[in-house]
Amino acid sequence: MSIMDQFFQQLINGISLGSIYALIALGYTMVYGIMKLINFAHGDIYMVGAYIGFFCITIMHWSVLPALLVSMVLTGILGVLIERLAYRPLRSAPRLSVLITAIGVSFFLEYTMMYFVTPQPRTFPKVLSDAAYHIGPFVVNNQQIMIFAITIILMALLTYIVQYTKVGKAMRAVSFDTETAQLMGINANRIISFTFGIGSALAAAAGVLVGIYYNSIDPLMGIMPGLKAFVAAVLGGIGILPGAAAGGIILGIVEALVSGFISSTFRDAAAFAILILVLLFKPSGLLGKNTNEKV
Amino acid sequence: MKSLRKLDLKVIVISLIIFAILQGLLSSDTLDAFWELNMIVICINIILSVSLNLINGYTGQFSLGHAGFMAIGAYTGAVLTVNFHMPFLISLIASFITAAIIGGLIGLPTMRLSGDYLAIATLGLGEIIRIVIMNVNYVGGAAGFMGIPRYTTFAWAFFVMLFVVFFIKNYVNSSFGRACIAIRENEIAAETMGINTTVYKVLAFTIGAGFAGVAGCLFAHVICIAHPSSFTFLASFNYLIMIVLGGLGSITGSIAGAFVLTSLSALLSAWPELRMSIYAVILILLMFYRPQGLFGNIELTSLPIFKRFKGGK
Repeated sequence: MSIMDQFFQQLINGISLGSIYALIALGYTMVYGIMKLINFAHGDIYMVGAYIGFFCITIMHWSVLPALLVSMVLTGILGVLIERLAYRPLRSAPRLSVLITAIGVSFFLEYTMMYFVTPQPRTFPKVLSDAAYHIGPFVVNNQQIMIFAITIILMALLTYIVQYTKVGKAMRAVSFDTETAQLMGINANRIISFTFGIGSALAAAAGVLVGIYYNSIDPLMGIMPGLKAFVAAVLGGIGILPGAAAGGIILGIVEALVSGFISSTFRDAAAFAILILVLLFKPSGLLGKNTNEKV
Repeated sequence: MKSLRKLDLKVIVISLIIFAILQGLLSSDTLDAFWELNMIVICINIILSVSLNLINGYTGQFSLGHAGFMAIGAYTGAVLTVNFHMPFLISLIASFITAAIIGGLIGLPTMRLSGDYLAIATLGLGEIIRIVIMNVNYVGGAAGFMGIPRYTTFAWAFFVMLFVVFFIKNYVNSSFGRACIAIRENEIAAETMGINTTVYKVLAFTIGAGFAGVAGCLFAHVICIAHPSSFTFLASFNYLIMIVLGGLGSITGSIAGAFVLTSLSALLSAWPELRMSIYAVILILLMFYRPQGLFGNIELTSLPIFKRFKGGK
């Protein structure tokens, strides 16, 4: 395999990995945009989504799409519940308390899940054939096509909700200025719940897709993707939806190239190095605008 | 100032008595090796939580990379004792210096960040340190550094712990500590008052990192192996939970947090999943009902009862 072929191959791998990061990052960035909370538990919600999908496919013998939908709905409800029980009581608390609560929720999801499903990784059933297609210099397989397709559909749906529906308008208003939005008659609590629900559903979709792509899920699988989704969100400009999508895909490509050409052990380091470089040189992210702190 | 020293002296005397009792019980085999190990781990965790409290509690810089510095200290110490046959004390000092230097170098650029961004950046840097160590074959790579002699005894752990606690206590009571607290309360106001915030933030970060390195060195010399998986950010979270439980900005709190959680995890070691779920629930309930931690920013030694009890004429 020539270097060029290998490059294209890693590019395709990177874009499919990146689409998954993008799906998680969209939820992350929405929640951050609206509540200014790093939701450490977001990666674990994605893990729960993967497990629900896994049980739908193995125990209920459903095909991929219904499993995906059920997983998204149930995980969406879980997200709303978490917000209701853990974050809402702290709405007026200092940021640090909320951040620590998020770490607590993350641990709770991981280890409670581990208690029920054992720490051993599970093999995700093969739901698609391994057929590969040659398109010019690119080789794409079934799983990757499915990931692209589902990611694009979900992103289009999200864009539609945020840009063209009433609730989307309310979300943007709350994220811009919560208090003023409430004065305008928007129920901020309901909008925040809704945002959590959508974000968690997207994370669940990413979880199921990862299961299909890597064939393996485990209770701690959410930690790294969760952190990387934050990196992706920061890279694109936190709170900006197209930024999160772009950030996710760039991060996926960089990681695939690093693991393909340098060493796969350095791929996590690459993600964090990107984070630190972005924070140092363009803290507002690629698509963000600089804001000045008011004293 | 004089009464402060008098109080210090009393605390030292009480600590020595506690040490003598525990050491006596160990020497007479009343407490077995399991107890000794846990007592050493408690001392190490106290060092880690007190040093992390200097950064997070007193200076208000939310750092999540403490395990990375612990790893640096563990590996530095291991290389010196195993490959260069240095005495243990030299290894400890060298692990402090190495971790402090790397902490300072990392602190310089990252201390420009604040809040959530700093948290994630330090977490990322901690992981980068771990991944780099994992790829250095000289120190055993992913398999870990094996064959480290078991130099850390209860006496070593206890006296190093005592030194670190007093160092940090005196640091936060000095003008440096006042500056740190001013930065925590309001960074912009502190800057306006003429405090060079960068210097104090980086200094606190450097000292905290250095002592984390010492703790790492002690840790490597008690479990006789330095393995990259001991120093993930889960470990950093663990120390964070300790100081949050005890109270950010309280040395007594850090000690209590480290003591309570290490004992709890030793008791629940048979059910590791349950242990972490309990941790998580404690953390969440704590944030709901007592976000300032058990001690808030109060020190046991500053309570009037304690003063009368030991400071009385």
